[in-house]
Amino acid sequence: MAGAEVTDIAVVGGGPAGLSAALAARQTGAEVVVVDENSAPGGQLRKQIHKFFGSKEHHAGQRGFRIAEELAAACRDRGVELWTDALAYGIFDHTLGIVRRGTAFTLTARAIVLATGASENALAFPGWTLPGVMGAGAAQTFINLHRVLPGRRVLMVGAGNVGLIVSYQLLQAGAEVLGVVEAAPRIGGYAVHAAKIRRAGVPIWTRHTVLRADGRGQLEEVTIAALDENGRPIPGSERAFAVDMLCLAVGLTPLTELAWQAGCRFEYSALLGGHVPLHSEDMETTVPGLFVAGDVAGVEEASTALEEGRLAGLAAAAYAGHGSPALEKEKAAARERLLALRSGPFGSGRRHAYEEIVRGWLRWSGAR
Amino acid sequence: MRIEEHPILGSLPKAQTVWIEVDGKRIPARAGEPIAAALLAAGIRVFRTTHRRGEPRGLFCGVGRCTDCVMTVDGVPNVRTCVTPVRDGMKIETQRGLGRWPEQK
Ligand SMILES: Cc1cc2nc3c(=O)[nH]c(=O)nc-3n(C[C@H](O)[C@H](O)[C@H](O)COP(=O)(O)OP(=O)(O)OC[C@H]3O[C@@H](n4cnc5c(N)ncnc54)[C@H](O)[C@@H]3O)c2cc1C
Ligand code: FES
Repeated sequence: MAGAEVTDIAVVGGGPAGLSAALAARQTGAEVVVVDENSAPGGQLRKQIHKFFGSKEHHAGQRGFRIAEELAAACRDRGVELWTDALAYGIFDHTLGIVRRGTAFTLTARAIVLATGASENALAFPGWTLPGVMGAGAAQTFINLHRVLPGRRVLMVGAGNVGLIVSYQLLQAGAEVLGVVEAAPRIGGYAVHAAKIRRAGVPIWTRHTVLRADGRGQLEEVTIAALDENGRPIPGSERAFAVDMLCLAVGLTPLTELAWQAGCRFEYSALLGGHVPLHSEDMETTVPGLFVAGDVAGVEEASTALEEGRLAGLAAAAYAGHGSPALEKEKAAARERLLALRSGPFGSGRRHAYEEIVRGWLRWSGAR
Repeated sequence: MRIEEHPILGSLPKAQTVWIEVDGKRIPARAGEPIAAALLAAGIRVFRTTHRRGEPRGLFCGVGRCTDCVMTVDGVPNVRTCVTPVRDGMKIETQRGLGRWPEQK
């Protein structure tokens, strides 16, 4: 062990949720450290080269990686400590185990915010392990961050926002995208994103699935088929494509290992992406002084991640002894904005799912 | 394939070239990039073969979570190439199965 560090608020994850939590907590005067495993902060935002949706206060119209740069700059300006290349491998009460550039040490905080984001789901079919089959997020990371195309001819699986956006970004990177395969009868992502790739001549096949991937040593061919009403492949509908890349965009799951290890209670929510730590209206889990924010608290969007982060950062600061009446007002305002974000055809379902998690927390806290 | 020109991100920024050795062959890399990026840019897509069936594996999650991309780097097996930066003179080997530590060789 190289040593034992101490701070007021430790934030795990430097995506929009974590950076926003750090800024909010720092504003109360608390000492804040953000721990992120990547070489630069920003989380998912670093790979997003498209313009974001939403309202002005949530950076709408700005490209994701610019939002990341702004948040990180604000953190540095205001004296938030940003530890990059730092992986939190474990949590032991209010102490995090951290490995940074080959050295292990601990970080103990009065309050901890977990903002670890989500990880991509996989999809199993014959041949899915062949080199050339990969997560859409992997493709996105390599084209937008590392500027390398992992393949030239691509099929995408999944017509949610991630599948649609990454398809478009693959085109921008110079790949040929042959089509998007979607098992559901309808496109899951926003119509604008679908329209963009259709205009570029990329077909979206709904009610279709991948049957198999083949190749000697690496991916060479993918076979897809149409699905009947019961979701079964229709014999005779098979089509094969010569491709060297197959991207899977079949959903995200909250990255909750640390929350499990800390002993948080969970509830399953299909809409939020899987098991989600129960949390209060203030984003506090069932472990006192441990807060969650962003995709780890249910997969949503950058805008909600920013507001949840703010809420969690303020509540963590209050827990650590930096509370005030003004802070309570700000928390209420953040909750109001979250409510507004979770409205409309796409948001209201998430609102119910989120309220279910808070109800679970209230039941737990009442039974205590 | 390197993305030299990009409609949003512009031209590929200049970077120092370092050289790595992959199964005895020297390939160029951009300083600071992950090993996997240099390999893919050089057209290398198979990073290891599995323990029992010898099946090929390559990049899968791209963010250090799945361990599909592990290789033997400077004699140390199971190094995640998607999140490990290149270093000049690094020796990288396609990993067979679980790999071997230097003292086992
Ligand atoms: C293709 C795509 C397009 C999108 N487009 C939009 C859009 O247009 N508008 C919108 O609002 N949202 C969009 N989103 C969603 C948005 O990016 C996410 O909801 C948001 O980034 C979640 O923020 P977060 O801070 O919770 O997680 P993340 O951004 O994932 O950040 C989590 C960070 O924590 C780090 N981390 C995790 N575990 C550890 C650990 N143990 N130790 C150290 N570090 C750790 C991760 O490496 C990561 O850097 C998009 C997402 C994708 C994938
Ligand atoms: S590709 Fe998953 S760990 Fe590297």
